[in-house]
Amino acid sequence: MPPSLIQVLIMLSLDGIGKFFGGLAALSDISLKVEEGEFLGLIGPNGSGKTTLFNVISGVLKPSSGRVSFMGADITGLYPDKICHLGVARTFQIPRPLKDLTVVENVMLGALFGDSGRSTYHSEETAKRDAIKYIDFVGLKVGELTMPDELTAAGLRKLELARALATSPTLLLADEVISGLNQEEILEASSVLNRIRDEMGVTIIWVEHIMGALMSLVERVVVLDYGKIIAEGKPSEVSGDKRVVEAYLGEEEQEVY
Amino acid sequence: MRSPLNIKRGPILLTVILGCLILFPVFSPSPYLIHIITLIFIWSYVSTAWSYMGRFGLVSLGHGAFLGTGAYITALLFNFFNLSPWIGMLIGASGAVFLAAVLGYACFRSGIIGDYFALVTLAVGELVALSIIAMREITGGSLGFTLRSLGNSPLYFQFGSKVYFYYISLLFLLFALYLWKRIDKSKMQKALKAIGEDEVAASSVGINIIRHKMAIFIISAFLTGIGGVLYAQYITYLNPHTLSGVTVSLAIPFKAILGGMFNIWGPAIGTAMIVSLEEYIRVSYGTKFVGVSEVVYGIALITLIIFLPKGLYGTVLEIFHKRQRSAETIT
Ligand SMILES: Nc1ncnc2c1ncn2[C@@H]1O[C@H](COP(=O)(O)OP(=O)(O)OP(=O)(O)O)[C@@H](O)[C@H]1O
Ligand SMILES: [Mg+2]
Repeated sequence: MPPSLIQVLIMLSLDGIGKFFGGLAALSDISLKVEEGEFLGLIGPNGSGKTTLFNVISGVLKPSSGRVSFMGADITGLYPDKICHLGVARTFQIPRPLKDLTVVENVMLGALFGDSGRSTYHSEETAKRDAIKYIDFVGLKVGELTMPDELTAAGLRKLELARALATSPTLLLADEVISGLNQEEILEASSVLNRIRDEMGVTIIWVEHIMGALMSLVERVVVLDYGKIIAEGKPSEVSGDKRVVEAYLGEEEQEVY
Repeated sequence: MRSPLNIKRGPILLTVILGCLILFPVFSPSPYLIHIITLIFIWSYVSTAWSYMGRFGLVSLGHGAFLGTGAYITALLFNFFNLSPWIGMLIGASGAVFLAAVLGYACFRSGIIGDYFALVTLAVGELVALSIIAMREITGGSLGFTLRSLGNSPLYFQFGSKVYFYYISLLFLLFALYLWKRIDKSKMQKALKAIGEDEVAASSVGINIIRHKMAIFIISAFLTGIGGVLYAQYITYLNPHTLSGVTVSLAIPFKAILGGMFNIWGPAIGTAMIVSLEEYIRVSYGTKFVGVSEVVYGIALITLIIFLPKGLYGTVLEIFHKRQRSAETIT
């Protein structure tokens, strides 16, 4: 088939995104397109703006300039719940479980409220069934009454993933879902991400500092430094890029291996 | 595990208490006690309605605004147009709802939460009191006005005997408690709990923050508006200071927080304690302390929020549950 006939759907399109915090430009002129079904890695040194970009896409922060489009519609400045209903889910780098709710209830929230089409008739029973399904999927071992504060660091990251998945997203923004985990847990969580993409057909943007795990899974990498995209390409191309190496050399305790 | 005895104890205790309350006027000849308990019912109903939102972190210090709006609209419609308060109270409560909707939308849209929300509502409560005073020609200003008396006229919410108010107030209180239970079983309760804990996390899983806050605010304002009518019909006299303004606006949350706003019985228990205490002070010391209450409420409220956020009843329950749990782990 000639290339022109291959239908590539642009799921997410960022056009000239800028974000200022006071005088600090956390993001400047970010333009990026993400295709449906893609597994994209987003890397960059600490404070380069990765989480801020997730906050802008998911509606937690309004960009100072630029446009966010999702499935062809302008979603710039919409409330997070609206963007979630459209199919964008995110995890938090610093897990934000609702501490007064059980783990199962936390995930149920995603099922009950996350999908606008379904949630109007979604009963608690089905929501709970779905919640347990996602909890199993991410490999979280909990009882019905387990509270979030009983979870380990790895457990909390899995909870973030399960709650995001319960909203039945088409695009998942995963912010450091394996940092702070041991080698075995890293392998397990990485394979979960891979299955989210392959089995659930969810497009993923993955932010991670642990290069080894990230580079072996993603198809394309975007590198941020001081709020700008400094490199973009296949993992093999990017890891040899001079600017990327320089950006990371400035960093003292980088967890690269 | 809880023993079967424990499971049965709750409903039995409730039935006994309810039975006593229903039979009380029949056996007690004391109109004074009936009067005090009626006041406890009315204010328990109001502080329960306040806690609908207070327990989710939406602390309003301006519920007097809704109390006053409901009571004044209803009473004025009656005095001037002879509209029965039974119908008027729906209009009055709608006025309270309108006020809550405007206030809520303005606050929630612009992200005014926590202490700032408390301050804004405090100001609005006072604003309503001032407006009532300013409309002197029809409201009687700060002197207030008396409801036209029709004698015994149930269709106009006036009764020859105070005992009727006792039962009507009890019914309203039971309804408020029932609604609390209903809210607890609803999806809205889960959403509000999540919002109260972490708005960013809640909205990121698809919870519409503004809509849910508006909903509970409106429900709370509606019931509070009705509460104002209940109180005015009972006392047959309306005064801006007892129905809106800072004193009553602080007194409502104080009762709820003292008892414990996170438990369905907390607001009623707190109200019973405060109303009894106020009455005791009034009887023992006369009116020497009138006017001190604002200061006392203010200081007590802050102390409570800092040292006993779950309230007296809530804290007792917690200690009790902890004991029970540690006893279970030992055996
Ligand atoms: N809400 C905020 N207010 C002010 N400054 C902020 C805010 N959020 C982020 N920043 C700043 O913006 C810059 C980018 O931060 P961001 O969290 O996006 O980086 P990051 O790439 O996710 O870093 P890390 O790898 O450490 O998670 C940093 O300098 C940070 O201090
Ligand atoms: Mg980050």
